[in-house]
Amino acid sequence: MSNETNRRDFLGYSFAAVAAVGGAASLVGMKQAWDPLPSVLAGGFTKVELGELKPGKPVTVTWRGKPIFLLKKTAEMGENTRDLIIGSDRFTVAIGLCTHLGCIPAWKKDTWKCACHGGEFNPSGQQVFGPPPRPLDLPPFAVNGTAITLGEEGPEYKKIAAAMMA
Amino acid sequence: MAKFEKANSVGEWLDQRLNTTALNKVMMTEYWIPKDINFLWAMGVLLATTFGILIISGIFLMMYYKPDIGLAFDSVNYTIMQEVAFGWLFRHMHGVAASVVFLVIYIHMFTGIYYGSYKQGREMIWISGMLLFMTFSAAGFSGYMLPWGQMSYWAAMVITNLFGGVPVIGDALVVWIRGDFNVADATLTRFFMLHVFLLPITIMGIIGVHFYTLRIPHVNNQSSDEFDYDEEAEKYLAGNKKESKVIPFWPVFISKDLAVLGIFLIFYFYLVFFHYNFAMDPVNFDPADNMVTPAHIYPEWYFLWSYEVLRGFFFDIAGFKAFDIGLIAFAFANGIFLVLPWLDRDPKILPAHKRPVFFIWFWILMVDLIVLTVYGKLPPTGTNAWVGFFAAVAFIVLFLVLPIVTKIDAKKRGDA
Ligand code: FES
Repeated sequence: MSNETNRRDFLGYSFAAVAAVGGAASLVGMKQAWDPLPSVLAGGFTKVELGELKPGKPVTVTWRGKPIFLLKKTAEMGENTRDLIIGSDRFTVAIGLCTHLGCIPAWKKDTWKCACHGGEFNPSGQQVFGPPPRPLDLPPFAVNGTAITLGEEGPEYKKIAAAMMA
Repeated sequence: MAKFEKANSVGEWLDQRLNTTALNKVMMTEYWIPKDINFLWAMGVLLATTFGILIISGIFLMMYYKPDIGLAFDSVNYTIMQEVAFGWLFRHMHGVAASVVFLVIYIHMFTGIYYGSYKQGREMIWISGMLLFMTFSAAGFSGYMLPWGQMSYWAAMVITNLFGGVPVIGDALVVWIRGDFNVADATLTRFFMLHVFLLPITIMGIIGVHFYTLRIPHVNNQSSDEFDYDEEAEKYLAGNKKESKVIPFWPVFISKDLAVLGIFLIFYFYLVFFHYNFAMDPVNFDPADNMVTPAHIYPEWYFLWSYEVLRGFFFDIAGFKAFDIGLIAFAFANGIFLVLPWLDRDPKILPAHKRPVFFIWFWILMVDLIVLTVYGKLPPTGTNAWVGFFAAVAFIVLFLVLPIVTKIDAKKRGDA
């Protein structure tokens, strides 16, 4: 091999090294450009008063653009590990998006029914029929008195989340 | 520099600099087309024309459309439809063409399957064609979401959620694709970019590749006859036009294409002026509402078959979640056509009517796709759910047995 060839090889390799570093760096940048903006991440704490709920009648509030189902359970609705207990009342707190493909199930008598592919959830938010693979998701919240703040992770939330994982 | 003589005409001047005479021969007057092809082979020209209509009508729409969740709905339904002169026409042309383009793609695709045009030597034509189908699907979906109506919103919700099925990174991936926890403004603006820039330009690139792949193995014909193009072309050029099996693309073959195109355009404009509604779902005339899902959502007709494969699996089987089976089946449905050239084990290229078992396979596939399409639009309850399930299973089984089916035909003929 002549000297000339070695010099060209060296130029080629050094170019490849610079291009690889630059290419990798720009991929990271491009990935982050599509991440949610800081304003989106920062927004989104919602306070809700649970004391005003009527037993057996769920309400829906908005948090981070998503519907949140809040239900004060009646005695017939049974107990569940994910119930949020405040005083003597049991509540279901759930993200109201079907865990199948994200439609909003509607409350029909005593179940949330998802019109999209027929999924159904019981008052504890557990899937009882159709394609949804898991119970309705639990949004992070913190309890203060009879109110909860969605978006904060309080000890009650951590306990329920751990119980749901088990 | 090369030496240039003084040109005596504009044509000569261009020929010296761009070699236009040679180019014209390669692309037009000596681009050889078999005589033995029917109107189904005109679909390529129809597609190119429809794509052209989409681009031009899209440019006019883009000048008034506003990619902002507060403005998008009105910019389409008020500004474009009511204020802009002929805005309604451009919208209907765009909407109808987006729907019709899939009809023609499907005809084009199944013509290819029927005549075995994806086999030996033509694999790249088939693969680039399937890539075009996929990019067209992405373009169709990203465009569907732009008017920001209820169907647009929930279509975006469901489709982006599909990525949640990816193992481990699924949830994070969905947030990344949307740019928000929910389908929101960031989602709309990035899909706008995809729809008006990245996807169209990708489609143009793949169309170039698709045309180029055709020039080497040449186009198939009705009897899937293999012959020597150079020999046949020589006969034609020597004046034996009757004996030769080929004709030049320009001006001989194009006349037939243009006749079919004429009929197609009459049909297309009939739809644009009198039946544009079929491409406009009434639910999409309600502005998007992230707190209410429409009672029954479904995609446009051209996605119904794969949508039905997705939701056909509505119960858990052998410990596998219905959700995962559905997603895997959906991925299968969208990917399996790509490897068709390798599933077909018949060593010969023959039209379906000369391959008895394959012929039956082909028509069962057609019927199954129609059943999937019809049931994809019906609510997924009771018997509907079961019809959907069996049709989805049938679809998968059809592709699993294809290698056997094609081998049987070859054996019977004594070719394998
Ligand atoms: S999105 Fe609810 S069942 Fe599919």
